[in-house]
Amino acid sequence: MSQDRKLRILVAKPGLDGHDRGARVIARAFRDAGFEVVYTGCHQTPEQIVSTAIQEDVDLIGLSILSGAHTYSFPRIMELLKEHRAQDIQVIGGGIFPLEDIPKLKSVGIKEIFEPGAKLQDIVDWIRSNITPRTGMAA
Amino acid sequence: MSVVEQILKGDVRATARLLRDIDDQMPNTHEILRELYPHTGKAHVIGFTGSPGVGKSSLVDQLAICCRKDDLTVGILAVDPTSPFTGGAILGDRIRMQRHFLDGGVFIRSLATRGHFGGLTRSTNDMINVLDAMGKDVILVETVGVGQDEVEVANSAHTTVLITIPGMGDDVQAIKAGIMEIGCIFVVNKADREGSRKTVRELMNLVELGLRRRDSDGWEPLIIETEAIKGRGIDELYQAIQKHREYLAANDRGQMDDVLHKRARSQLIEVLKDEALRTLLRRLESRGISLESLIEQIKSREKDPYTLVQDVLANELRDFTC
Amino acid sequence: MGQKMLSESAVERIEKENSEWLAEYQKALQKVPERLERFSTVSDMEIKPLYTPADIKDKDYHEDIGLPGFYPFTRGVQSTMYRARLWTMRMFAGLGSADDTNKRFHYLIEHGETGLSTAFDFPTLMGYDTDSPLARGECGKCGVAIDTMDDMQRLFANINLEQVTTSMTINPPASIIWAMYIANAENEGYQRKKLGGTIQNDCLKEFIAQKTLMLPPDPSLRLVVDTIEFGTREVPRWNTVSISGYHIREAGATAVQELAFTIYDGIAYVEESMKRGLDVDDFAGRLSFFWNSHIDFFEEIAKMRASRRIWARLMKDRFKAKNPRSMLLRFHTQTAGCSLTAQEPYNNVIRTTTEALAAILGGTQSLHTNSLDEVYMIPSEEAVLIALRTQQVLAEETGVCNVIDPLAGSYFVEALTDRMEEEALEYIRKLDELGGMVAAIERDYPQMEIADAAYHYQQQIEKGDKVIIGVNKYPSERPELEFILKIDEETERRQIERISDYKAKRDKVAFQKAMDELRRRCEGPPSWENNVMPALIDAVRAGATEQECCDLYREVFGTYTDPGTF
Repeated sequence: MSQDRKLRILVAKPGLDGHDRGARVIARAFRDAGFEVVYTGCHQTPEQIVSTAIQEDVDLIGLSILSGAHTYSFPRIMELLKEHRAQDIQVIGGGIFPLEDIPKLKSVGIKEIFEPGAKLQDIVDWIRSNITPRTGMAA
Repeated sequence: MSVVEQILKGDVRATARLLRDIDDQMPNTHEILRELYPHTGKAHVIGFTGSPGVGKSSLVDQLAICCRKDDLTVGILAVDPTSPFTGGAILGDRIRMQRHFLDGGVFIRSLATRGHFGGLTRSTNDMINVLDAMGKDVILVETVGVGQDEVEVANSAHTTVLITIPGMGDDVQAIKAGIMEIGCIFVVNKADREGSRKTVRELMNLVELGLRRRDSDGWEPLIIETEAIKGRGIDELYQAIQKHREYLAANDRGQMDDVLHKRARSQLIEVLKDEALRTLLRRLESRGISLESLIEQIKSREKDPYTLVQDVLANELRDFTC
Repeated sequence: MGQKMLSESAVERIEKENSEWLAEYQKALQKVPERLERFSTVSDMEIKPLYTPADIKDKDYHEDIGLPGFYPFTRGVQSTMYRARLWTMRMFAGLGSADDTNKRFHYLIEHGETGLSTAFDFPTLMGYDTDSPLARGECGKCGVAIDTMDDMQRLFANINLEQVTTSMTINPPASIIWAMYIANAENEGYQRKKLGGTIQNDCLKEFIAQKTLMLPPDPSLRLVVDTIEFGTREVPRWNTVSISGYHIREAGATAVQELAFTIYDGIAYVEESMKRGLDVDDFAGRLSFFWNSHIDFFEEIAKMRASRRIWARLMKDRFKAKNPRSMLLRFHTQTAGCSLTAQEPYNNVIRTTTEALAAILGGTQSLHTNSLDEVYMIPSEEAVLIALRTQQVLAEETGVCNVIDPLAGSYFVEALTDRMEEEALEYIRKLDELGGMVAAIERDYPQMEIADAAYHYQQQIEKGDKVIIGVNKYPSERPELEFILKIDEETERRQIERISDYKAKRDKVAFQKAMDELRRRCEGPPSWENNVMPALIDAVRAGATEQECCDLYREVFGTYTDPGTF
């Protein structure tokens, strides 16, 4: 009686930036697409984000940031996932990024960056095509 | 190390993954649960129920602080509703428990109700057992507080805390009969609001009524006023929970036995229903009989549900091998 | 009730002619239908094709429209408006270190800006020093890093603080930053009674929209009233609160929600101050407001005009203010950041221009125009110059400032102004029913309204019901802009060193004494004797950093996290 596994996504804002209009809108869009969204909102440290992602066994972390502080927080999150041997959790980012930072972020393992003007449906479609729920455990 | 060994050692990732597999009803979970079961029964399970917005998550957050001060480890299950239209959910209770995110002694898992697809209920009991086996001393289960979940949680918990807020008017009456009887502790949160004293009085009346109606098992439900966000009344609530725990442990009237009986029963019936239905449907499928085809028969009134089920059972139970 | 502007017979005739026109209109639509299924403002308020005197037939010219500088101030807060003095051209600026920002301040002043506006970085906004682990990667990126009095001194170096007014966008730590500003000004030889400026200091909208959160609502309000009281007695030219709608709008609210929630925040501050025993006519004149100017031209003008009328009536009827100055809704405006696009950024110049024009026709007292690259980053010099010139061209070349409130009497604008007022008053009634703004916030009411509006708007964009050129119509890629500002990553390290040196040099005994006094006041009941401002001024003079003061606040008052309800 297996159902399709529901995709679990963590939506969080790393750092001190509190502008959460985008994060809230995307969380709703994910819910409307049938995903389960763990929403921890703004003012999250990289450590908190990774701890949550692991406890909640999410398939994907969606980071929303507009402050330019991604240069520290994004690589730090990738580092922590590695430390905890949780690299199978994928990470995407949304918000404002200087063009030259985008390849840098991808090189540390951020799977995709969505910029202002990205359509909610496109993001949902991308997730459906690129993120699969984790396989079940073996005993 | 096997998964079971990892979980018994308190491994967060293994626990998280098993909980997810249970949530999604993946195969293999029963094997693991089977091995974990002997290691359960140590944790004190506390259920929290009440309408949305009464402050359950804030209270759970505050109680977790008390537990940690006493060096007790905590497992938390926080439930939010699944959208009936899309099947998705936003699980936001965790936000109110942020201070615990980096504490290795606290494990928080957010759950969506997921509705009741195909008659199968998702097993909170199994998740409680996993957190128990993982070594958590206290397990706090917070539900959405509407319908079935309340009763389910009350049956799974040692101590049930019912939460309300002042000014809900008729909603105190909505603390319906049946729920009143399983409430061990009543909390009036946001007690700084107008109408708090009135709500407390109404609860006192209901409690009295409840006491007179049922065979008093010696526990008089306590009513506590709190302001969760400010941390007021939390020590009193924690002490009340301790009191209840001690009362159960004393077991001079078999009250602990009753609770254990209730929990075991709830667990058993749940697994029985689950497994029996699952196996039955599997068998029918293997014979080329789909659930859909049975539904059609009822829909078209070709058969009535009662006869249909009788026939199915008669057929299947005849050569029923597990 | 005064007299109506049109006689019954005149109205009858107009309405008759209107129906004839409408019949013609419908006929013409048979040949060429309307361009859109629905014509509405960016806030989705439906608009008719034509407005005539019939749409304002119930208006009373004297009571509702009136004259500039006269109650209910629909046409402007002063009788002279821009004929005597233009709005202050006040460009929001802040980047990197205090020295970097001081340079930008001088650049803007040299190019004609007439007032300063300070943007702080996130650690400063949230009450953390640059050396806090929570501040990693954030130093100077969205504004200037201010941790100590030393930074404040370098920020305003070579600027005459008695001649220039300074606005500072800071909320939970506002009292501390203001204390630093005052102490620094006095160190530089200026008198506090002559200092003019604004601190944003609007805690309620933080809970609703901007989310620079620190303390729970009650202590936050206490601190706001402390600053209002201190300003009334000691710094009389200072606007101690900038009651803001800008951020509420940026979070996704409609124009009516922006109007209603902001005004209601104002009501809350007035109530709180009066509870403390302050006389409304003593402080209300120094409350100021801050509107967004979004892309829908007429909606914004109507909103601003309606805002003046609503506030004047509230102050007179609800709070019994006697002094007309207490009834003035004076405001700063910023053009809408959320209307700018990353695609084809030069289009942003056009958007900012029309938004600025709307603010001017709406009668703003002060204006910030966004730069074309502000959607990516703190503005570059090249881009900020264009933004400043936008204001200057509008002011001096277009002739729109020759006449006061030129759109008054427009059937459309007056009808829209009325409608905005009506719908805002609905919300105000609802908020009264909920028991006030703090109660409403606890129930997530404004937050949910805004989240719903934001989601609705996003869906309209995605369906194409609302057009954004370069994004959903004539879509385009985001280009490389040559002049995007970069913040030196070394800024953070240097700032951390500075803090460490600063703390080492301060008088530890004086510092501790000052902090103890601050704590004593915070722990005591709110009163003039326990007003935090004098203690803060002493504390920052004794070398307290911003975070040290904020940590004290957090300890005494508790912290607040966003409950994140959906």
